[in-house]
Amino acid sequence: MLIGVPAETRRNETRVAATPVSVEQLRALGHEVLVQAGAGEAASCTDGAYVAAGARIGSAAEAWGADVVLHVNAPTPDEVALLRPDAVLVSLLAPALSPDLLDALVARGVTALAMDAVPRISRAQSLDVLSSMANIAGYRAVVEAAHAFGRFFTGQVTAAGKVPPAKVFVAGAGVAGLAAIGAASSLGAIVRATDVRPEVAEQVRSLGGEYVGVPADEAEQAAGSGTGYASVTSDTFNARAAVMYAEQARDVDVVVTTALIPGRPAPRLLTEDMVASMKPGSVVVDMAAAQGGNVAGSVADEVVVTPNGVTIIGYTDLPARLPAQASQLFATNLVNLLKLLTPGKDGRLVLDLDDVVVRGMTVARGGERLWPPPPVQVSAAPVATPAPAPRQPAVRKEAPPGRRVALVGLGAALLFVLAALSPDQLIGNLTVFALAVVVGFYVIGHVHHALHTPLMSVTNAISGIIVVGALLQLGHVSSVVTVLAFVAVLLASINVFGGFAVTRRMLGMFRRA
Amino acid sequence: MTATTAASSAYIVAALLFVLSLAGLSRHETAKAGNAYGMAGMAVALVATIGLAARDGDALTVGLIVVAMVLGAAIGIWRARIVEMTGMPELIALLHSFVGLAAVLVGWNGYLSVEGAPAAEAEVLDLPVGIHSAEVAIGVFIGAVTFTGSIVAFLKLSGRIRSNPLVLPGKNALNVGALVAFAVLTVVFVVSPGLAVLSGLTLLALALGWHLVASIGGGDMPVVVSMLNSYSGWAAAASGFLLDNDLLIITGALVGSSGAYLSYIMCQAMNRSFLSVIAGGFGNEGSTAASGDVEGEHTETTAEEVAQLLRDADSVVITPGYGMAVAHAQAAVADLTRTLTDKGVQVRFGIHPVAGRLPGHMNVLLAEAKVPYDVVLEMDEINDDLAKTDVVLVIGANDTVNPAAAEDPASPIAGMPVLHVWEAESVVVFKRSMSTGYAGVQNPLFFRSNTRMLFGDARERVEDILRAL
Repeated sequence: MLIGVPAETRRNETRVAATPVSVEQLRALGHEVLVQAGAGEAASCTDGAYVAAGARIGSAAEAWGADVVLHVNAPTPDEVALLRPDAVLVSLLAPALSPDLLDALVARGVTALAMDAVPRISRAQSLDVLSSMANIAGYRAVVEAAHAFGRFFTGQVTAAGKVPPAKVFVAGAGVAGLAAIGAASSLGAIVRATDVRPEVAEQVRSLGGEYVGVPADEAEQAAGSGTGYASVTSDTFNARAAVMYAEQARDVDVVVTTALIPGRPAPRLLTEDMVASMKPGSVVVDMAAAQGGNVAGSVADEVVVTPNGVTIIGYTDLPARLPAQASQLFATNLVNLLKLLTPGKDGRLVLDLDDVVVRGMTVARGGERLWPPPPVQVSAAPVATPAPAPRQPAVRKEAPPGRRVALVGLGAALLFVLAALSPDQLIGNLTVFALAVVVGFYVIGHVHHALHTPLMSVTNAISGIIVVGALLQLGHVSSVVTVLAFVAVLLASINVFGGFAVTRRMLGMFRRA
Repeated sequence: MTATTAASSAYIVAALLFVLSLAGLSRHETAKAGNAYGMAGMAVALVATIGLAARDGDALTVGLIVVAMVLGAAIGIWRARIVEMTGMPELIALLHSFVGLAAVLVGWNGYLSVEGAPAAEAEVLDLPVGIHSAEVAIGVFIGAVTFTGSIVAFLKLSGRIRSNPLVLPGKNALNVGALVAFAVLTVVFVVSPGLAVLSGLTLLALALGWHLVASIGGGDMPVVVSMLNSYSGWAAAASGFLLDNDLLIITGALVGSSGAYLSYIMCQAMNRSFLSVIAGGFGNEGSTAASGDVEGEHTETTAEEVAQLLRDADSVVITPGYGMAVAHAQAAVADLTRTLTDKGVQVRFGIHPVAGRLPGHMNVLLAEAKVPYDVVLEMDEINDDLAKTDVVLVIGANDTVNPAAAEDPASPIAGMPVLHVWEAESVVVFKRSMSTGYAGVQNPLFFRSNTRMLFGDARERVEDILRAL
């Protein structure tokens, strides 16, 4: 199949849907690739590099007229008109928000796959441009904030005085939020982050951030609040969250907000009062500005400075501000999609609508409207059934100290009585026995876990010491005794020699890197 | 210095060498020296004893000793040479049974040369005969329990009998009853020593040993083997009392208490009460509860996809289990480790304390395949890192990576510490089929969204991945 890669026409768009690297991978699947002249310039991909990778360079009309068209942004009505009726279009389409475009595509008869409608299941992660772009956006948000912020992010002690580290607050620990946390903490800032899902606390910490939770409400926890990921929260929760946000806003220097709920306006996290309470020179990056914004006063694609000197950045093209990286990841996502669509690696496209991933993305086919797709079971785990009378976890209780003392005392008394009643020889034996038990207990107290098996085989060899007893019985009293002792010596010898030999063999294998 | 005092002092030296040996075996750096100390101690003890026997006995005695020992040594060394590392648990269990049987024989000899001998030939004792009889009874009892217990463990481990726990009605009552009967028989034996009583006692102990281990499930085998190890020590110690031999007492007690402590450590690792494991029957209770209800869809993957996943990963953790031993996959796994390390991927191993059928079983297998021991980490050392790990390869492990143990209080394995592999970014489970593990508990890990199942023989699959890399 001929894959066309037209240039992006959206204002400020710098990305491109294929890079020289991805062109090679597409060709390995049996496809031919045609790139519009200059398509990759903004992303530092020259036409020469595309040619070197095996692509042809052509005009816009040629690229749009290919069998398969790969694009970053949704096509304009003019571009839709350039598509062949039997073509396959793959790009961001926002099918839920752009019914007109969808109608146009259906009318044109093309097959359209929306890269922003990839089902969020693990198998489809390699095609998920929302994740890969969010990752870039989160990083870039911190870079933009650092650019607008008049101070260091990291703390320093210099001859000219001490510089405190910046405090960064990240709202929402999804892909973008986590990327922002990582970027900010590697710049040296003190990072705090919050999310409606308390379970992400660990992920936040793993990137160097500190998790700030919303104080829990008993009733709500008992009711179970669902997954929390990209979903709407209750009013009481929001009230408690607002208190927390207000506290953070007063304290921190930089705020990055990433809260989005698909198909709905973004939740308002920072109110005007909160922004007004921030220190002059503080920076807010509102990554949800395109969907109405998490922050009061943010304007999409604009930088706003409030009367009290707070800069609010509302860029919606954050991924496009890292064009080479964004293009590379976007193009790789597309290659992964085409791998899925070209199972034979023979350049033949197979659109398997029984596959939930393909079905979820396909919004139009041959004049038929396929949006919205049937719901996808994100997690295969069943809904938890209430456990029948949950048992207490098997945690053993420590005996109360009083009882332990009593037990030890009882044991000592018993031992005393027993020994006092024994003849001398037995007392000697018991002394040796008792001390050896204690020594045996302590001597292996700190045994390395890897050595359990060799230890066991060496103790096994050593317990072959019973051979000594059998040896002393040999040749005494009667022939029956001698025969039995002979067998015992034989068995114990197998143990002694076998045990030591096998231990030696095992220990010989252990080595350090 | 008489021959007797020379032998006694040799015994003291030997006992100290054994202590050094066990101490040495606790660390990698000193392990080989520890083994050497053990051999030296054994040599000293044997030379002293043979010297004593040669002084008292005739040429026939010495001849018999030499024949028995040479034969035993030949068999022992031959087995030790040919045993495969995957078959180590069976061998050790079998060796334990030898000690048990030898202790039974020594006990019987004790009876035959004192109480059971004609008055003229009987050995003269410093002790009241009653105490000697009691020592015989105890020695025979421990030895016999060790013997049949180890035999059953050997049969279970080598797959000659099914490893499911045997459930007899009132099994605890049976065990306690056997102990009570043992006490009664001992008293009878002390009062009037007789062949019939001793035979009855021996049979009782043999039956008890059989039942004890037969009613313990396969999942608890590491604890069982280490417990039998401890028993074999106690059996040797009991023989020491019988023969008034301090070396036997010291050595037996050393082995007995260290083995018991090792079993205790392992029981703690499984959050299980020591007594309940000894009494047997784990995995029977509560298995009818919610455990079977976990169902869902699992996602299959291919070797190529796993290879891709590994290529893209920065850190990989491999958690092997008994399945790796069964498939003899350790060499292939070691190759995979080397290949990935050469590509700059950090590869580490996470070993659950009860992975395999023997404590430390996985470590021995990985060492055999030349995996450096400093990348092989214990559960506690690696659990906190798993959340930061890109890919976890679960090779033939099941119960030790079961999230139900940590999350489902109704699960039969609730509270057992497990490797938190599900926290990693993605998990690949190598498995022959969707069947349950040794504990018979379904594993919700397989249905997690970040889990991929790679079905088939573990070694073949790992080799497929190697080719794809």
